[in-house]
Amino acid sequence: MAQEREAAIVGIHEWPKRVDRSVSALQIKARSIARALDDAGLSWGDVDGLYDAGEGAGGGGLGLAAYLGIKPRVIDTTSVGGTSYEFHAAHAMRDIAAGRCNVAVLSYGSKAATERIPIGTGGPRAAGGSWQANMENPYGSTLIANYAMVAHRHMHEYGTTTEQLAEISVATRAHAMRNPDAVQAMNDLQFADVREISVEDVLESRIVADPLHLLECCMVSDGGGALVIASKDVARGTKKKPVWLLGSGEATKYRENGGDITTSAAAQSGPEAFAQAGVTPDEIDVAMIYDSFTITVAVMLEDLGFCKKGEAGEYVSGGRMRWDHADGPALNTDGGGLSSNHPGMRGLFLLLESARQLRGESTSQVEGARLAVAHGNGGLLGGTHCGGTVIMAAD
Amino acid sequence: MANRLQPVFPEQDTEHFWEGAKQGELRYQQCNACDTVVFTPRAHCTACGSDDLAWKVSAGAGEVYTYSVVRQNRSPAFADLGAYAVAYIDLDEGFRMMSGIVGVGDPTQEVRIGMRVQVEFEPQESGEYPIPVFRPV
Repeated sequence: MAQEREAAIVGIHEWPKRVDRSVSALQIKARSIARALDDAGLSWGDVDGLYDAGEGAGGGGLGLAAYLGIKPRVIDTTSVGGTSYEFHAAHAMRDIAAGRCNVAVLSYGSKAATERIPIGTGGPRAAGGSWQANMENPYGSTLIANYAMVAHRHMHEYGTTTEQLAEISVATRAHAMRNPDAVQAMNDLQFADVREISVEDVLESRIVADPLHLLECCMVSDGGGALVIASKDVARGTKKKPVWLLGSGEATKYRENGGDITTSAAAQSGPEAFAQAGVTPDEIDVAMIYDSFTITVAVMLEDLGFCKKGEAGEYVSGGRMRWDHADGPALNTDGGGLSSNHPGMRGLFLLLESARQLRGESTSQVEGARLAVAHGNGGLLGGTHCGGTVIMAAD
Repeated sequence: MANRLQPVFPEQDTEHFWEGAKQGELRYQQCNACDTVVFTPRAHCTACGSDDLAWKVSAGAGEVYTYSVVRQNRSPAFADLGAYAVAYIDLDEGFRMMSGIVGVGDPTQEVRIGMRVQVEFEPQESGEYPIPVFRPV
């Protein structure tokens, strides 16, 4: 299929601080939208499409437009956890191609660090019963333990090792150390050692939920940002080079009797996105893959088609995921959720760093980067989750 | 005595399962229209949509599909437990269930994928519902 270039990312903003007591989550959203519009050379009144996951106490489709003071023609409140933003980008691409709107905004804001929300280790709370909670809450499975169960099965079936998975933490930390905002984040969040790390460092960090070590787990930070997606006509007049949206895929997966826990929703969303974009994984320069944990990246590299199922451990070895490695793709060049920011729903940052790379603005710039993939994961990798894939190209 | 979180009712999908737990029965469903085993419980078949489901009682035998040992849980109900194993168990009747593994000295060393396990109903310090957990056989 020929590449269709109907919509592009034209404005971006990432909230620089990862611990910020001076603002609310909702203020992060609104102020990031203003800065992303400024980045594009567009104005508040140009916005006619609003995409929102309902986080940040903004009231979602009913409340956020009123807070911002805009009257969009399209309101999309898809909320599928951390990958909501890949879904939003996919929908904005469709809506723009259909002529329903011309300037779409996506925003995210969270105060997970200052509010001390234990995302990974909070475990189940006694709350109202639901069909899922009533069957799982008695067992005390934390979010991390859910991902850890995927890692154990992956190791069991394919011989994957912690040494191999640790390469993902090592590469993303190397990228983080080149990103001043990430370094500031690790300092503000009082990381024990703000430096590059080795495979041995990962192995020697304490185990949070077997087999996942502390340095295989993302941080909990504040943060947010915004993204402006515009039609090709609008994109011709914006300040920066447009970053074209070429293809997208959406999928869900959940615990099934006899199912394979080592395969994620990406196995469905990835091929759809690549087919629509008309490109293949071996052409990708930058892979922005939701690194909630090392195992998340390993499973998704396989499911997106960068390597075969079970081979991610070998694939990531030898520093392959580093920004300056000849073979590529470069992984999470902003430092990722592991070492730059993770306020709970990281999907927006995957798109932001993809755009920076394809504009030539990353702090770990891949030389001549032309194609990027962003793949987000929302929910629990070993339970109910959604996966959203977006393929982007430089102008 | 254990003091796990209890199921919360009213909740129409899981009520019959938990009534079974009180009687020492591990209940699951099978579709009368297409024979698909349905778990976790609900009022329709996940394969064909039929609402004609039969309740059955499992023999409670199965194997560990995968597991993790939780070393840190900030929820008050689990904070004092020390390391404990959570797992997905594949029951011999063909359904997969999240549960806990009990009866092992050190869960970080003594739980294995593929290990055969048997259900037991663990009484709780507070709360009327015993919780189905699994012990190595």
